[in-house]
Amino acid sequence: MGEMEQLRKEAESLKDQITAARKAVQDSTLQEAAAGITVVGRIQMKTRKTLRGHLAKIYAMHWSTDSKLCVSASQDGKLIVWDSVTTNKVNAIPLKSSWVMTCAYAPSGNLVACGGLDNMCSIYNLKGKDGNVKVMRELAAHTGYLSCCRFISDTEIITSSGDCTCILWDIETGTQKTVFAGHQGDCMSLAVAPDFKCFISGACDFTAKLWDIREGTCRQTFGGHESDVNAIGFFPNGNAVITGSDDATLKLFDLRADQELITYQDSSIMCGVTSLAPSLSGRLLLAGYDDFNVNIWDMLKAERVGKYMWKLYIPLENGRKVDPAEDSEGSCRVAAGTEH
Amino acid sequence: MPVINVDDLTDKDKAVMEVNQLKIEIKLERWLTSKCCEEIKEYIQAGVDEDTLFKGISEEKNPFKEKGGCVIC
Repeated sequence: MGEMEQLRKEAESLKDQITAARKAVQDSTLQEAAAGITVVGRIQMKTRKTLRGHLAKIYAMHWSTDSKLCVSASQDGKLIVWDSVTTNKVNAIPLKSSWVMTCAYAPSGNLVACGGLDNMCSIYNLKGKDGNVKVMRELAAHTGYLSCCRFISDTEIITSSGDCTCILWDIETGTQKTVFAGHQGDCMSLAVAPDFKCFISGACDFTAKLWDIREGTCRQTFGGHESDVNAIGFFPNGNAVITGSDDATLKLFDLRADQELITYQDSSIMCGVTSLAPSLSGRLLLAGYDDFNVNIWDMLKAERVGKYMWKLYIPLENGRKVDPAEDSEGSCRVAAGTEH
Repeated sequence: MPVINVDDLTDKDKAVMEVNQLKIEIKLERWLTSKCCEEIKEYIQAGVDEDTLFKGISEEKNPFKEKGGCVIC
């Protein structure tokens, strides 16, 4: 038996053992735990604001921690920082490369970042002395497109790439601190844990991985999806992970049970999930799909309780959650509040 | 994991990495799903009252409400 064949067989055997270990603790389902709970009533979303200004597809947006400001990135080559309450543009930052795929707002509010087909993550200082927003750093090392980036602080940022890796960067020196390798397909998105100790990544190998930021190791791998994992996020308490996939489903994985608790799917939904955001309490899950719809799921009952159809729709929930979808008209809509 | 150049890894290196990773993951201590589901349910129910998307918000309190016109008295 060749070495590769031996390694392959060993991997299969280990995977079978992990499957058995997961089954051994599977004594209940989320449906059973939520049996006594009534499904959420129909949720109606109302558009409250429309942020106009971009001239081409908006690929990404990210809220600031103050829930008022947000940054959006468009292939018109601009990064715009918006005041979502007044709809004013606070900054309009021209980009060197217009092929942007992701953007992020630092928790401090001082920096924003973006990147895309240039394979780089560019950091911009919003609070420069002369008032001009300039490129502060260009983080280059990925050999594939930048699919997502998220700040840990003003000095550290994590990026995910089409080269199948994620990288933790030291922004001040512009160098790589840690390379997180292990995914066997393009990394599509990442999310940082509420306590900033771990992060999760979703990839085109159909899995999601939980990484320890300081140790630089992969702690857990979650499979089950039948296609690329495009979107990923933490459940608000940080103990579970939500994924969205091209297989038209979303899944909730619990970190402590190391397995899937429930799948959010409907036979009438046949297109991929592009983005997701849980509500503050975790009761509702907003998910953006390839057909430009947003479905609202009751997370406990796994039932669809609302739908928002628009060319582009970005729902706001206490300003903390984002659910971006592509826009072909170049305008970006933010909606807040519910109308019962 | 220190800084490594992924492009330098051979197929065999990647296969070895995968096996080593699985050996780590197998050792995980797993909680009963019943305990996890209860925790999630309790977390949600504890936070639901503060969840604007779920409960709704009055017009006055909504920061995104449409502004009314001005009235000159």
